[in-house]
Amino acid sequence: MSKLDSKIPPGPIDKKWTYHKGHARIVNPANKRRIDVIVVGTGLAGAAAAASLAEQGYNVKAFCFQDSARRAHSIAAQGGINAAKNYMNDGDSTYRLFYDTVKGGDYRAREANVYRLAEVSANIIDQCVAQGVPFARDYGGLLDNRSFGGVQVSRTFYARGQTGQQLLLGAYSALMRQVGKGAVQMFDRHEMLDVVIVGGKARGIIARNLITGEIERHGAHAVLLCTGGYGNVFFLSTNAMGSNVTAAWKAHKRGAFFGNPCYTQIHPTCIPVSGAHQSKLTLMSESLRNDGRIWVPAKLEDAKAIRDGKKKGSDIPEADRDYYLERRYPAFGNLVPRDVASRAAKERCDAGFGVNKTGEAVYLDFSAAIERYGKQQANILKIQDPSQEKITELGRAVVSEKYGNLFDMYENIVGENPYDHAMKIYPAVHYTMGGLWVDYNLQTTVPGLFALGEANFSDHGANRLGASALMQGLADGYFVAPYTVSDYLADDIRTGPIDTKSPEFDAAEKEQKDRINHFLNNKGTRPVDDFHRALGKVMWDKCGMARNEQGLKQAIQEIRAIREDFWKNVRVPGKANEFNQELEKAGRVADFLELGELMCMDALHRNESCGGHFREEYQEVEGPQQGEAKRDDTNFAYVAAWEWLGEAGKAEMHKEPLTFEEVKLTQRSYK
Amino acid sequence: MKLTLKIWRQNGPNDKGRIVDYPVNDVSEDMSFLEMLDVLNDDLVRKGEEPIAFDHDCREGICGMCSLFINGEPHGPGRGITTCQLHMRKFKDGDTIYVEPWRSAAFPVIKDLVVHRGAFDRIQAAGGFVSVNTSGNLVDGNAVPIPKDDADKAFDAATCIGCGACVAACPNGSAMLFVAAKVSQLSLLPQGKPERKRRALAMVEQMDKEGFGNCSNTGACEVECPKQISIANIARLNREYLVATVTKE
Repeated sequence: MSKLDSKIPPGPIDKKWTYHKGHARIVNPANKRRIDVIVVGTGLAGAAAAASLAEQGYNVKAFCFQDSARRAHSIAAQGGINAAKNYMNDGDSTYRLFYDTVKGGDYRAREANVYRLAEVSANIIDQCVAQGVPFARDYGGLLDNRSFGGVQVSRTFYARGQTGQQLLLGAYSALMRQVGKGAVQMFDRHEMLDVVIVGGKARGIIARNLITGEIERHGAHAVLLCTGGYGNVFFLSTNAMGSNVTAAWKAHKRGAFFGNPCYTQIHPTCIPVSGAHQSKLTLMSESLRNDGRIWVPAKLEDAKAIRDGKKKGSDIPEADRDYYLERRYPAFGNLVPRDVASRAAKERCDAGFGVNKTGEAVYLDFSAAIERYGKQQANILKIQDPSQEKITELGRAVVSEKYGNLFDMYENIVGENPYDHAMKIYPAVHYTMGGLWVDYNLQTTVPGLFALGEANFSDHGANRLGASALMQGLADGYFVAPYTVSDYLADDIRTGPIDTKSPEFDAAEKEQKDRINHFLNNKGTRPVDDFHRALGKVMWDKCGMARNEQGLKQAIQEIRAIREDFWKNVRVPGKANEFNQELEKAGRVADFLELGELMCMDALHRNESCGGHFREEYQEVEGPQQGEAKRDDTNFAYVAAWEWLGEAGKAEMHKEPLTFEEVKLTQRSYK
Repeated sequence: MKLTLKIWRQNGPNDKGRIVDYPVNDVSEDMSFLEMLDVLNDDLVRKGEEPIAFDHDCREGICGMCSLFINGEPHGPGRGITTCQLHMRKFKDGDTIYVEPWRSAAFPVIKDLVVHRGAFDRIQAAGGFVSVNTSGNLVDGNAVPIPKDDADKAFDAATCIGCGACVAACPNGSAMLFVAAKVSQLSLLPQGKPERKRRALAMVEQMDKEGFGNCSNTGACEVECPKQISIANIARLNREYLVATVTKE
């Protein structure tokens, strides 16, 4: 018998959530005032949940490590947010959004959760509009939509290239309204270091005040982790520098199972690494693939000449260019999903066709688009026999209007004008589909401990579609957790305030203080980043875009060695009771060093390829799908939920079988 | 490149603080300014010295966490960028670069280059919102059409990242551009109109309480704003505030 009960409500898929809401218990207003809830993280999921629960009447304490709740990394999302509004009258529906998401996730998500996500998506847009989020509008004053990868309708709402920012500032304003009322107590520059379990239930957290260094105890009747993903285990990613796994990992070590840790999304269009000093990677929006063509030289000697600086991309004649996505996927071309595009780039670079110093870059070329738009504009402007210069000038203006801000960003970072020279791009870690295992109520395997947004594993299966992360964060925070958390809290109306002087709090606090003291007293010689970089390289090389059994086994050994080295040789300067950024980093990297091994274990056990998880041994060897991912539904149609067994590298896997009643399992084909 | 950095070191809010010289070698022009500081810090840690504390997070110009005052300018040379988007190719071999924290009475220094910007959150909590609870039963997002022009103007104001460069740039340490951006965004949209008077009064009152200075229209805030938010928003805030004051009952 599985230890995992997903608690999916009965009934047909489109009635489950309504049924569940109708049967959820609620807490009367007088009792809510006696109940405390802790929300960790103030991104879309956290800010939305904290504001909504405070509106309901609970006492909320919200925590973030940044200096303001408004800076959580949801803010950096560019593209948009999906919602099944069907404003475009293009045949969209809740069911279609549900279907696209399950298929896009390569059939590794839980149907009931995904359906609910699609169902509440329309409410999100209404809620955000009511808050004053300035979505893009057309001249009729109505909301505008655009298309995103992997779907056939236009359902993506956006606010220029800053949709995440605008949605987060909306949620932040709702949160600050509650802060102003005193319904939410805000703890910024605080980092959660542990969750405290009393009597089998989550009853509070241990947090470090990052300004004073003080270790604080906070009690609550429920704890919500809205702490984002763990992409920074790779050192280089598009995540913010502070994004970390600490909260989720500590919860895991206290009994919360970790779901599908190996599912990582590698985004195909990021600015390549420029040197050893690189601290993070910058995304170039997926929208660029609408007009940009991706290629590498067809001849090895040309690629080598480019790497040596003897030739430029523009020197390579059309006939000697390999538009490999168009060649391999004639039906979808440059618009294949993210996992497919990323792998294809890696395949070409591994074969020696990379086009920058490091050999890890491909071209994203707008010259064809500039030419096409230029001729079109010349026609519109009735210019007879326009010169090549005129066509280029007109075409550039069109491209600039569509993508100007991205081109500027690129030029700023790379120092090369992308109108004159094709952009160089390479895949980078962007999002993690895996996370804490949660049931339909978003509750982890620890009662009273919930996980929302990217921190949980639930909705995206093995691959997330564009513009779905914002949707999930806000769905969980605004529309799911307020119901399911209330239902849980209905048992706590007589509990009274949580005593933070209990032995459980004592022990948890001592553990954290000991760890901090270890770091500060360690007589090491090397800074934290040294170890983080080393871990990142192992993860990227062996548990990144493509994995194989041998590599993963090696990776596990290497990670263990780095971990041992870290605890012996890390140097953390400064003191415990002060603002100490190296100490913050040390704690985070210590947790990444344990998570990394679990990710490799998960990737090693999953003997199939699905979504972002590509095992080289499991690919089609012949036929039209040659080289594509080979899923194994007979043996692997389940969620792998890992239980911590007391030390890193020891974990027991539990399976939650995935049953597909609505969507038929088929191979994803983009040929 | 070889550079001389003159960096503000301050060991806490009560320390007087001082400029310390750091020569740095082998700076690549591909580095971002913050990566250059990372390399310096790496070196300091290896030598057993205390690294320089500075705020940063997303490193792509949107979170508003980074906050350096470089050679007398918030976010350094260049327009429309944050410190994390500043690259070393903007400097040349042999340059001397001064690096200081935001200077404002309302932004106390925590350590070195890190300041406390909680005042902005408190201004926001005073009225920078639309009073709407979470509900699955709100009117449809398209029920009230909003003229594209208004939506675009509201968006332009809403791009504020709350970094505080406007305050650091202003000779008076005024937060008017920050407050104006939020007031403008919400008063331009129909959803924000019912509370516009209350909002303008409450946010300005809180701003004054926090110890920010007055606006004397120098325009420095607009020049240094990494999101290039127009001071036309300050004019709008003044109108909103005036109307709210004279019609107050």
